[in-house]
Amino acid sequence: MEHIRMPKVENVWLVDRSSSRRTQVGTLYLTATHTIFVGKGSEDRNELWVLHSLVCNVVKHKASQSGYPLLIHCKNFQVIQFIFPQESDCHDVYISLSRLSRPEKYEELYCFSFNPNVGKAEREHSWDFLDLKAEYSQMGLPNKLWHVSPINREYRVCDTYPADLFVPKSVTLPVIVGSSKFRSRGRFPTLSYYCKENHATICRSSQPLSGFSARCLEDEQMLQAIMKSNPESRFMYVVDTRPKLNAMANRAAGKGYENEDNYCNIKFQFIGIENIHVMRNSQQKLIEVSALRSPSMGEFLTGLENSDWLRHIKSIMEAGLFISKAVAEEGVSVLVHCSDGWDRTAQVCSVASVLLDPYYRTLKGLMVLFEKDWVSFGHRFSHRCGHLIGEAKEVSPVIDQFLECIWQLMEQFPCAFEYNEKFLISIHNHIYSCHYGNFICNSQKERKDLCIKEKTHSIWPHLWENKLDFMNPLFKPDQSQNQGLLRPSTAPYCFKYWRRLYNRFDRELHPRQSELDSLMTVKEETQQLEEELALYEQKMAVLDKEHAKTLYMQKGVLDSKQALWSLPLDTSLANTPQDYISGFIGGAPNVFTLQQGERESAEVCLYGDKTKSSDADNSDQESGVADFSSHSSGEESLPSEESVKDPDSDETGPNRA
Amino acid sequence: MEFAELIKTPRVDGVDLHRPFMPTVEGTLCLTGHHLILSSRQDNTEELWLLHANIDSIEKRFVGSLGTIIVKCKDLRVIQLDIPGMEECLNIASSIEALSTLDSVSLMYPFFYRPLFEVIEDGWQLFVPEEAFKDLESMTDEWRLSEVNKDFSVCPSYPSLLTVPKDIDDESLCKAASFRHGGRFPVLSYYHKKNGMVMMRAAQPLTGTNGRRCKEDEKLINATLCAGKRGYIIDTRTIAVAQQAKARGGGFEQEANYPQWRRIHKAIERSNVLQDSLIKLVEACNDQSHSMDRWLSKLEASNWQSNVKEILTTACLAAQCIDREGASVLVHGTEGTDSTLQVTSLAQIILDPACRTIRGFEVLIEREWLQAGHPFQQRCAQSAYSNGKPRSEAPVFLLFLDCVWQILRQFPCSFQFNENLLIMFFEHAYASQFGTFLGNCVAERVKLQLSQKTVSLWSWVNRPQELERFLNPLYEPNNLVIWPSVAPQSLLLWEGVFLRWNRSTKCLDEACQEMVHIIEYNKELQNKVNSLRRQLAQLETEESPLQTP
Repeated sequence: MEHIRMPKVENVWLVDRSSSRRTQVGTLYLTATHTIFVGKGSEDRNELWVLHSLVCNVVKHKASQSGYPLLIHCKNFQVIQFIFPQESDCHDVYISLSRLSRPEKYEELYCFSFNPNVGKAEREHSWDFLDLKAEYSQMGLPNKLWHVSPINREYRVCDTYPADLFVPKSVTLPVIVGSSKFRSRGRFPTLSYYCKENHATICRSSQPLSGFSARCLEDEQMLQAIMKSNPESRFMYVVDTRPKLNAMANRAAGKGYENEDNYCNIKFQFIGIENIHVMRNSQQKLIEVSALRSPSMGEFLTGLENSDWLRHIKSIMEAGLFISKAVAEEGVSVLVHCSDGWDRTAQVCSVASVLLDPYYRTLKGLMVLFEKDWVSFGHRFSHRCGHLIGEAKEVSPVIDQFLECIWQLMEQFPCAFEYNEKFLISIHNHIYSCHYGNFICNSQKERKDLCIKEKTHSIWPHLWENKLDFMNPLFKPDQSQNQGLLRPSTAPYCFKYWRRLYNRFDRELHPRQSELDSLMTVKEETQQLEEELALYEQKMAVLDKEHAKTLYMQKGVLDSKQALWSLPLDTSLANTPQDYISGFIGGAPNVFTLQQGERESAEVCLYGDKTKSSDADNSDQESGVADFSSHSSGEESLPSEESVKDPDSDETGPNRA
Repeated sequence: MEFAELIKTPRVDGVDLHRPFMPTVEGTLCLTGHHLILSSRQDNTEELWLLHANIDSIEKRFVGSLGTIIVKCKDLRVIQLDIPGMEECLNIASSIEALSTLDSVSLMYPFFYRPLFEVIEDGWQLFVPEEAFKDLESMTDEWRLSEVNKDFSVCPSYPSLLTVPKDIDDESLCKAASFRHGGRFPVLSYYHKKNGMVMMRAAQPLTGTNGRRCKEDEKLINATLCAGKRGYIIDTRTIAVAQQAKARGGGFEQEANYPQWRRIHKAIERSNVLQDSLIKLVEACNDQSHSMDRWLSKLEASNWQSNVKEILTTACLAAQCIDREGASVLVHGTEGTDSTLQVTSLAQIILDPACRTIRGFEVLIEREWLQAGHPFQQRCAQSAYSNGKPRSEAPVFLLFLDCVWQILRQFPCSFQFNENLLIMFFEHAYASQFGTFLGNCVAERVKLQLSQKTVSLWSWVNRPQELERFLNPLYEPNNLVIWPSVAPQSLLLWEGVFLRWNRSTKCLDEACQEMVHIIEYNKELQNKVNSLRRQLAQLETEESPLQTP
């Protein structure tokens, strides 16, 4: 690779930012796709793999006594600090990484070189894992009121919309074309969610080009048709997710919002979610707060408040709740738009869908929601995530906010979601990693032109294969409060700081024992026990037949035996009993006790201001407890993540470069 | 005095009870000497029984002849009673006010309460110093049990039996006591079995402005050091506060006189500041405005989370000195009855796995709080809604419980008990039918004859029927020292106490039940599998004795 000025640097220090005593020396490799650090001389696999596409920025710091520091900030909120003994090495790595992490062309992205050991057919099949057509038909579409319009098949009416779009059957092609000409970027009103039970819909579009007085008959007809497609209702809501002031300012540019006088039977509503620039700045402040080193409680809370982040999350949640209540409780259809209809609109529609429909609280359902409301409807992933070098002003954490809304809901409804927090974090990671093709480009058309499906792999089957890691052990779909509409509280204190995401790599900040992991282990073990039990009962039954009489006299055989009788005989199980015996004999296995590796870490303590308050003699208390494991793949809490070496990646070793 | 004199209207019909997240109940309101009772007189409806002692303050409002009383409780709950008739309402209000602010301890409910359960194990015998000392003796012979405070004359706030270094005689103890605030000379708080290091606690030394010293005090604490070893004195106050204390006769250990000790100052707030912090926090939690900025700034301004962080950090420091530095530690603040106890008891939870069991935790509260002389009666006389002028109220114990909760959240599998136990202790510390938290020290409790006249909280909690509610399904004994994170990102608001009445807990309760269910089902399966395995093994030997290896 021509951009790598320095493929290998020896004697580099990897600094653990939480504890200087856990710093590691090793060798740094730059490959075409990863920065790899291999710790020296320890038995554990002390390797750190960082995808270039995850690198947000690279900063050289002032030389210190120990050498020349280089800080790498990643899009998944990991911060890595290396110290180089030579200034020239540091500079070369800096220049190389700066270039490698800012690809100019899509073809440079990792997904185009990622080549796991799967055949062409399997790769193509990976793209069939989700079928939106089937998903819409699951939703009850098409039906007698809604159908797929062929109008955008060639992306001629709207190049940022998908090819297949649902519109009311009653609208004619000229109405659609007319309406699209009256909407920013041609994004005419089209269906996002349909509620089978009461026919209410959530539709989405961009802002109308109304200026101060312009109107468009076709657009008015379009809205009328949408309202009429919900036969029970007398009116519909039009929700503009922007603050009123912003929307009014847009009128001067010939854009704006719907005039209630021109549209029949609409109720117009502003919601007041801020724009992408405000959100970008807000998250930047939040990241700074999360990265503070041993802040005081006051600094942290003030920083959290000043970032305004939770206020924005709350406003998105409230918007989603408003829409989902309109649909579920009032049976009224809603048209949602912002300016272009690909950021706030996508957030609000998808939050509303999660609140409305338990399907989107399942693993598969959330994947569908991403494909439908975000990928197919042209959320500008490449711009918002900064996949390529380009306008920094286009970058914005719109998708992060959606994921966080789900997380906030999971905190309030611990049993309502099939997936767990790790699933959200894993998706977050993959949105930015460019490891798979799903989140590349800004629209369906761009992806088609780039032959994404032919050249890259889809993320969803990969996540599905690892779904055991992503399951919420507390999921109870049958409970009434987990069915139908979720009604979260939006009181300010219900919104919390998402430590697992923003301090994801600061292992010492997280609980040392995980409720989630413990419960997952128990559930896994329960499953094994169930299998073992079935096996024993079969054996018992065989013996039973021979010894029927005597046995019944001797002991009370388990009552449940009758039911388990009916289980099919699985011969493969019959060969494995000793595996279980070694694990389960002699009382309860210690599933909750700390594993050997964790023992050390449980004893490592980090009191931010400890050294401040005590004095020099007292400051080296943790020496001897090296803990590098947070970066070794063996200890990684997210088994299918790429911050460390991806277990299923086909990467050759560090020497590839 | 007769309670009847205070009850102007014992009964009103047609009263509406409003509670957040519960349907309104219409019924009859009754006032008894110790309870406010509201009963709908229908089956299946839960009656409200509220201890007068639990009422922190009330507010009255009138709309026409309909009166409304807002009752604000020490457990932070707020309920509303709509009472028809202005006179009845006024009578009820003034009765509640009188009954909830009785001054005499002997009129408190615990003296009238008769348990409906059979006391199997007398909670007053939960902690016996002699037995605890036997345990200590099995590990070390350097300590003795002193009766110097038998009649509570040396130190009124200490118990009668105290563990002190073997080589220090009672006479020296008396001299050391005269050098410490309130006579609280250094005594053993915790012995760390792993390395033989100890934690002691005391009150501040009375050095005053002219640097008084006391050879016996120096000898006493030096006696706890191994040869050539240094120890740490953790003063829970900042150096500035400790300096100021000199002017009032207090002070801190001078390096020159205690050369083997290194002093570390921390900044745990004084109790009046903590009370203010609680009031502000509860106000923030009850704020009805929907503004995020307002919530976060009020939360920050309350300083509650900062207090939690500071206390926890100091406890971790003490534990670290003992376990990691292999050094002995002496902890004190000013009186040695508040921040000192927070630190010593939390350090033990970090260090000693026994304190993470239900019984061990009860013993810890008994030993490090009740017998160590934390003035519960004074500190818990009022809670966050009190209108009265604060005297010596402070949520010192609640902060301790909050810190325990923080550790519990970080080590969810290392505690035998769950959050409910902590919340229950909070409630009972402020208002209870049991005598456990009455009085300010052992001497007062003896005088009140609590163990004869009242029932101990532990007699009730330790019944198997009750214990079940407090068990943590994830518990798996963990013999390690557990080091919590004290970073602000890691410390959470204790919603179970502070938002308890402000939100519906249906979904969270459901999650807890599901967790219990998952674990119980697993255990059930294990038992089945084990018993079947045994049966099979037996059958197989009977079947073919020759084939078995």
